[in-house]
Amino acid sequence: MTGAPFSLGPRNSTPRVMLKVLAALVPGIVAHYWFFGPGIVVSLLLTSLAAVGFEAFVLLMRNQPVRLHLTDGSALVTAWLLALSLPTLAPWWLYVAGSFFAIVVAKHLYGGLGQNVFNPAMVGYAALIVSFPLYMTQWPAPLELAVHAPGWADAFDLVFAGQGALSPDAYTSATPLDSLKTQILAGRTVEAVLGQPIYGLLGGVGGEWVALAFLAGGAALLAMRLTTWHIPLAFLAAVALSAGALHLIDPARHAGPLFHLMTGGVMLGAFFIATDPVTASTTPLGKLVYAGGAGLLTVVIRTWGGFPDGVAFAVLLMNMCVPFIDDYTQPRVFGKTARLRRRAP
Amino acid sequence: MRRLHSFNGGAHPAEHKAESTARPIAAAPLVPLYVVPLRQHIGTPALPLVRAGDRVLRGQAIGQAEGYVSASVHAPTSGRVVAVEMRPVAHPSGLADLCVVIEADGEDRAIDLQPLDWRGMEPSHLRNLIRDLGLVGLGGAVFPSFIKLNPGEAGRVETLILNGAECEPWITSDDLLMRERAREILKGAEIMQAMLHAGEVVIGIEDNKPEAIAAMQAAVREMGLGYEVAVVPTRYPSGGAKQLTYLLTGRETPSRGHAVEVGVQVFNVGTAYGLHHALAEGRPLISRVVTVTGHVASPQNFEVRLGTPIEDLIRAAGGELEGATGEIIGGPMMGFDLQDRAAPVTKAVNCVIVKDAQRFPPPPAPRACIRCGECARACPARLQPFELYWYARARDFGKTQLFSLFDCIECGCCSHVCPSHISLVDFFRYAKSEIWAREREKEAADAARRRHEFHVWRLEREKQEKAERLARKAVAQVKEAEAAPVDAEAARKKAILQAAIERAKQAREGVTPRNVDHLTPEQQHQVEEADARRARLHAGAEDQKETENQP
Ligand code: SF4
Ligand code: SF4
Repeated sequence: MTGAPFSLGPRNSTPRVMLKVLAALVPGIVAHYWFFGPGIVVSLLLTSLAAVGFEAFVLLMRNQPVRLHLTDGSALVTAWLLALSLPTLAPWWLYVAGSFFAIVVAKHLYGGLGQNVFNPAMVGYAALIVSFPLYMTQWPAPLELAVHAPGWADAFDLVFAGQGALSPDAYTSATPLDSLKTQILAGRTVEAVLGQPIYGLLGGVGGEWVALAFLAGGAALLAMRLTTWHIPLAFLAAVALSAGALHLIDPARHAGPLFHLMTGGVMLGAFFIATDPVTASTTPLGKLVYAGGAGLLTVVIRTWGGFPDGVAFAVLLMNMCVPFIDDYTQPRVFGKTARLRRRAP
Repeated sequence: MRRLHSFNGGAHPAEHKAESTARPIAAAPLVPLYVVPLRQHIGTPALPLVRAGDRVLRGQAIGQAEGYVSASVHAPTSGRVVAVEMRPVAHPSGLADLCVVIEADGEDRAIDLQPLDWRGMEPSHLRNLIRDLGLVGLGGAVFPSFIKLNPGEAGRVETLILNGAECEPWITSDDLLMRERAREILKGAEIMQAMLHAGEVVIGIEDNKPEAIAAMQAAVREMGLGYEVAVVPTRYPSGGAKQLTYLLTGRETPSRGHAVEVGVQVFNVGTAYGLHHALAEGRPLISRVVTVTGHVASPQNFEVRLGTPIEDLIRAAGGELEGATGEIIGGPMMGFDLQDRAAPVTKAVNCVIVKDAQRFPPPPAPRACIRCGECARACPARLQPFELYWYARARDFGKTQLFSLFDCIECGCCSHVCPSHISLVDFFRYAKSEIWAREREKEAADAARRRHEFHVWRLEREKQEKAERLARKAVAQVKEAEAAPVDAEAARKKAILQAAIERAKQAREGVTPRNVDHLTPEQQHQVEEADARRARLHAGAEDQKETENQP
């Protein structure tokens, strides 16, 4: 029996929340298409199909109402975030494998939507970068800098028929993050490196515009009240502050805050990945701690870690701390005096 | 202007107030049969004073307040008692309760009503009178008013708040009462203020009731009272006692405590109105204003005699329209589904909403919780409803208590905003009732154990006393025998002593723990009485919790 409240009025529904998140990703996707070519459309299609397919399959296996859960749209959001984190123009099975890790392993083996501890898209990304590091570092170059700008036909060819037709050198290049790291290790200074054409105005040709588009989409999320300011702000502030501090200490070896904000997955991470409500902290104070930690770890991994970008691992590490953070940051209940309260053993 | 303090969250459900404010309060017609429950308040039900066949007059007491937390019940009209029996009542559980059924004789003769000079009265006498006049909180909590009118230590109540917020959608009974009968409300407030020695009186009204605000302000001016009419923003549940107290004073009622602990006492405007009439005319509480709205021909507020069957009341509002799908008692946020339309209006019923499929569609299928935190942002108690939901669903009730389950006022804001359409409050109600049931079980088991231990101890003591008596007797015999010749005497003495010790030992060993079932009727009676007392105490404690929860 369901009791009061009876009057539920016009309101949000979970599918609508997911749809709005997808809509907020569109500016970033368009920018990506504009600067890097049609590859992103192919990878989005592939991860979407694979994720929805896996979702339906697992729901069937788990004897769950397939229609009800499939229509919540959460699988699509995961698929899109995964596609936007992966290099485009990689072989098709990479996207399928990533979707498998995201949907089957990270989501359903943990109990399905709402019960997963780790961000599914980031688990997919992490599994791939550990298993197939080669493919994960071949990022298509911005169209204006590529030797050969791949069109639609090239994109399908590369993804489905393998790489025989076109040599990777013709269309890929090291990402700004990657090449900065290797060149600094080779002894160059940040200033000298950032003068190279690939670095564009703010962080990287094309990439900086994609980042700005995600920022715009994120602002829309905030305006639609689909997320609160806590996580994006704490994440971006932590990235900027820690990168800024390192830059002040040794400007020759550490790029400034703007570079870190505008490259890699930071903008996508701040607004769309760290904010995944299922795996993020839920209390206002906890969100600040969680996202601040993720931002800090991102810069730490970028600077000293073995991977070019740190967003995925930073988020996953902080996902792990969420139960602990939440326990210690419970808001003060109305009429009670103590703010922080430990969960009983 | 008073500085208002905003509480966390809340919701803005569609108001639907205009439906029932177009018409003035009308007196509901006399009906042939009244069903008057003896439990119309929090606490112990009233004891019936009448039997089938008795004739009663309007205002005559038919149920006497029993115990401390209780209030009397009176006949709504003159007529003949046809039965004192279990009848369906308007309660979420749908269970029946003991009611006095009165067949109206149509003459509506009243007992001799005498105005009461409350000013000269001894305070405790006045409070007893108020209890005997049947006054309880009419905002929905129905807590006996005389208890809340006890000031305790002098100067404890600084602020008396009259609650006219009426934040629940659809309900307009307080709104209309303030519009039409502002002076009588204020006269009741004067009595309350005097009884409580309250320093200030503040009347809190939501800003969606401009007519009521104007009427109350005008009445305050005309009567030359220093009361303040405080206009609060329309945001559900601003009419919750704790929320209104905080809004107007910035003081948080302690968790599981009462407003009076922070120097505030809150009464519904309808209660003040009822109090005024009770004392000015000596008229017991036999009617209240009820909103009848929703899918009926002419939604309206009625002054309804308590005991009027709800189906008759709906008929008074023109009857339900084609396509009605049931009734809600109370508002849509905290009310409950009526199970039997023959159930009567009681002191707790402030609104009857007739539902239709369009405005009250069946709830959509729930989806998984995505921990979006919308519910937490809406929670006026600053709880984390999704955590509570999680543990309630897993039946981990210890954890629900740790996450302050009992600070939930069941306002429904969380369910209202949840994008996954999870009926969160249902889970919380379920968890609370489970915890109460377990506590009761545990107490019963403890009591049985204590009874058993006492029983064993007493049997043992009796045996021991008997053994000691025997031993003493043996010693006496020995002493008696001392006059006898020495040799034979010594042997005999020893033998007697030995036998006595033997007997005493046997007697002691014979004591085995007995079954508690073999109690004398008298013991059994005592045990039952003790159980009943405990149950009452328990019910009282629970009900007190409830009073805090009613906006
Ligand atoms: S509003 Fe609903 S979906 Fe969101 S956290 Fe609360 S219970 Fe979960
Ligand atoms: S019903 Fe309880 S948990 Fe839900 S919003 Fe109200 S007080 Fe908070």
